[in-house]
Amino acid sequence: MKPVFKRPKSLYDVPFHYCPGCHHGIAHRLIAEAIDALGIQERVVAVASIGCSVFLYDYFAVDVLEAPHGRAPAVGTGIKRARPESIVFTYQGDGDLAAIGLAETIHAANRGEQLAVFFINNTIYGMTGGQMAPTTLPGQKTTTTPLGRRVIGEGAPLKMAEMIAALKPPAFVARVAVNNSKSIFQAKKAVQQAFRIQVEGKGYAFVEFLSACPTNWKMTPCEANRHVSEALIPEFPLGIFKGDL
Amino acid sequence: MRKTEAVYNRKLVKGNEAIALGAIAAGCRFYAGYPITPQNEIPEFMAGRMPAVGGTFIQAESEIAAISMVMGAAATGARAMTSSSSPGISLKQEAISYMAGSEIPCVVVNVCRSGPGLGGISASQGDYFQATRGGGHGDYRTFVLAPHSVQESYDLTMLAFDIADRYRTPVLVLSDAVLGQMKEPVYLRGYKGREIRKPWALTGAKGRKARYLKSLYLNEGELTARNWKLFRKYRRMEKEIRYEMYLTEDAEAIVVAFGCAARILKTSIQMARTKGMRVGMFRPISLFPFPSQALAAISNRVNRFLVCELNTGQMVEDVRLAVKPGATVESCLCPGYIPTPNELFREIKKRYLASNP
Amino acid sequence: MYFDVIISGFGGQGILFMGNLLAHAAMLEGKNVTYMPAYGPEMRGGAANCTVVVADEEIGSPVIYHPHTAIVMNRPSLYKFGPRLLRGGLLVVNSSLVDPAEVIYKGINLLFVPANDLAREAGDDRLGNMAALGALITKTGVVRLQSLTDALSEVIQKKYRDLLPVNIKCLEKGATYVKNLKSQI
Repeated sequence: MKPVFKRPKSLYDVPFHYCPGCHHGIAHRLIAEAIDALGIQERVVAVASIGCSVFLYDYFAVDVLEAPHGRAPAVGTGIKRARPESIVFTYQGDGDLAAIGLAETIHAANRGEQLAVFFINNTIYGMTGGQMAPTTLPGQKTTTTPLGRRVIGEGAPLKMAEMIAALKPPAFVARVAVNNSKSIFQAKKAVQQAFRIQVEGKGYAFVEFLSACPTNWKMTPCEANRHVSEALIPEFPLGIFKGDL
Repeated sequence: MRKTEAVYNRKLVKGNEAIALGAIAAGCRFYAGYPITPQNEIPEFMAGRMPAVGGTFIQAESEIAAISMVMGAAATGARAMTSSSSPGISLKQEAISYMAGSEIPCVVVNVCRSGPGLGGISASQGDYFQATRGGGHGDYRTFVLAPHSVQESYDLTMLAFDIADRYRTPVLVLSDAVLGQMKEPVYLRGYKGREIRKPWALTGAKGRKARYLKSLYLNEGELTARNWKLFRKYRRMEKEIRYEMYLTEDAEAIVVAFGCAARILKTSIQMARTKGMRVGMFRPISLFPFPSQALAAISNRVNRFLVCELNTGQMVEDVRLAVKPGATVESCLCPGYIPTPNELFREIKKRYLASNP
Repeated sequence: MYFDVIISGFGGQGILFMGNLLAHAAMLEGKNVTYMPAYGPEMRGGAANCTVVVADEEIGSPVIYHPHTAIVMNRPSLYKFGPRLLRGGLLVVNSSLVDPAEVIYKGINLLFVPANDLAREAGDDRLGNMAALGALITKTGVVRLQSLTDALSEVIQKKYRDLLPVNIKCLEKGATYVKNLKSQI
């Protein structure tokens, strides 16, 4: 018998701590597969951010630095500039990347830093227990928008992929989903492209994952997957916003 | 004065430029900063010089981003530095705390101006507490070096990189607006230290296990162990304590001061000496760890101390803790402005005559 | 040997350049020296001043409130620094812009130098600062004229390099002016 599905070399053989139905595990796997596919494991330095994914170093068999909340793109800038042979990626949630770290996010993109930025957008703060995120949908109930998010007063969902694609320097900007096998296949290609661009020295890459948080959405994993298709994708359209695969 | 050295090796530079020169001499090849008066000569100098030595200069989007970039660069093992002035140093405290917690070495320069808030741009020592008590959140300290001349700005910046690497800690160089803006001839003697191996650096897991640097410790007992480890390290740093004793041998009263205040006081003390007052000065060069033992030793034979600082009384607390019981510790305070030598001389004279009628 | 001076005037008169040049010359002579500019918003209001201290011994304060010497290149500077001069000190007044009749301070030595007029005679009336500096060092002997001209070629910006000869000429003009005064006395 020939194994056709293996654990990627760049992931440790440990169970994820993530909740059932959470998409972090899929995103982790896609990133690890891309690292393996490009043969860059020994060069990668990852930047963990603050949120559920802070324990990146427990799962990825690569060097990892834990950045202050929102500062991952700046920290990644320092790593890459000081050590250009490294392949650097950041892995950030919506609170980290689009709220507290918005300045660092936009400016790293606008400098065209040689970074792969992976953005996990699940429209909610996961680790702190389900508060409003900058990407929370209009009307979505969270622990800090108990009546549902009002666009005037609490803000409209920030469209990060579109915002970054509007800048001149970024080389590749995509938004993907991982709630079914077809979208996972597309996502895999986008993640690989994000790394390939850096390996080839072509600049900044941004991949936004529409991601499920069944626990804080108060849904079953299956309901959460459907919610991604029915509620998230209409608000945050999938696609390649800049560059190509 | 050694004439030959004077002619060939001296360069007339601002204190801020001396800091930048010292950093580059010590092998600093990464600098990120953000404009704020009165430290702008440092980023400006780095912008010109870094590319020429194969280093990186980045004007960041904020002080927060600048120190975060330094954190990333330093995590790869590079010697990295940022600089700012008081309001900007407040913003940098976030990553300084993270670096203290993750044991990532770096050099942070504070060309101190007056506060609180936007304050003013004249020299101040209002950041003494912030500098010596950690500055950010959590139970940590940074090593603090306080120059009082342009030469020391150069020399102590080089030393700061060595101490940072040796103890895997952020080191703060606490300058001020006077020292940063004044020019003096500096001997560019070059870097005499040695860069050490950094077996913790994040260089990619080639031929070794992957490693990480972090400050989050959630498992039971881990954080306690971490805090004790840092505590023991801060105790070990006491080996690096530095101070100057100026005309203290026969002194009946000791002025304690650091930075530009100490510089101005040297003139005031000379004035006092010409009037026959036996006054000397104790100048802490490392503010943390504080040279408490040396001060305690002096207080065995002198029991009158005057602490002079450009704030409303911060270092005086460390002096009180250091001297033996029974010694008198008074303050001469100049918050928000630069005192003149005459003014400080009058303060010395008033107190000296009060106890030597 | 100890010498200190506050040099003051308005922006554009080359006040900070004078201080820099004097400090540089002192350094070339192997002396200790500090140069302290007034900076920041103070620079924007049109006024400029700096303090230079030269000594054989270690220099304490780079900040001087009551100087031994002052050069006032315009009227506001006279009123600001004239009263602060130490008794017995030397006040160098740019008499091209300041009426000697306004200088009423007692107990100090006065040196009137028509700096801008001397500079005009030397070829460039913008270089009154150099004439005043030439006068100062001749009167006080704080540094040699040769040291100033040596320093000048190191300090002057590349884009003003062609102005080096006329700068030197103005320094010499100021120096000669003071020498001639001496011989008259």
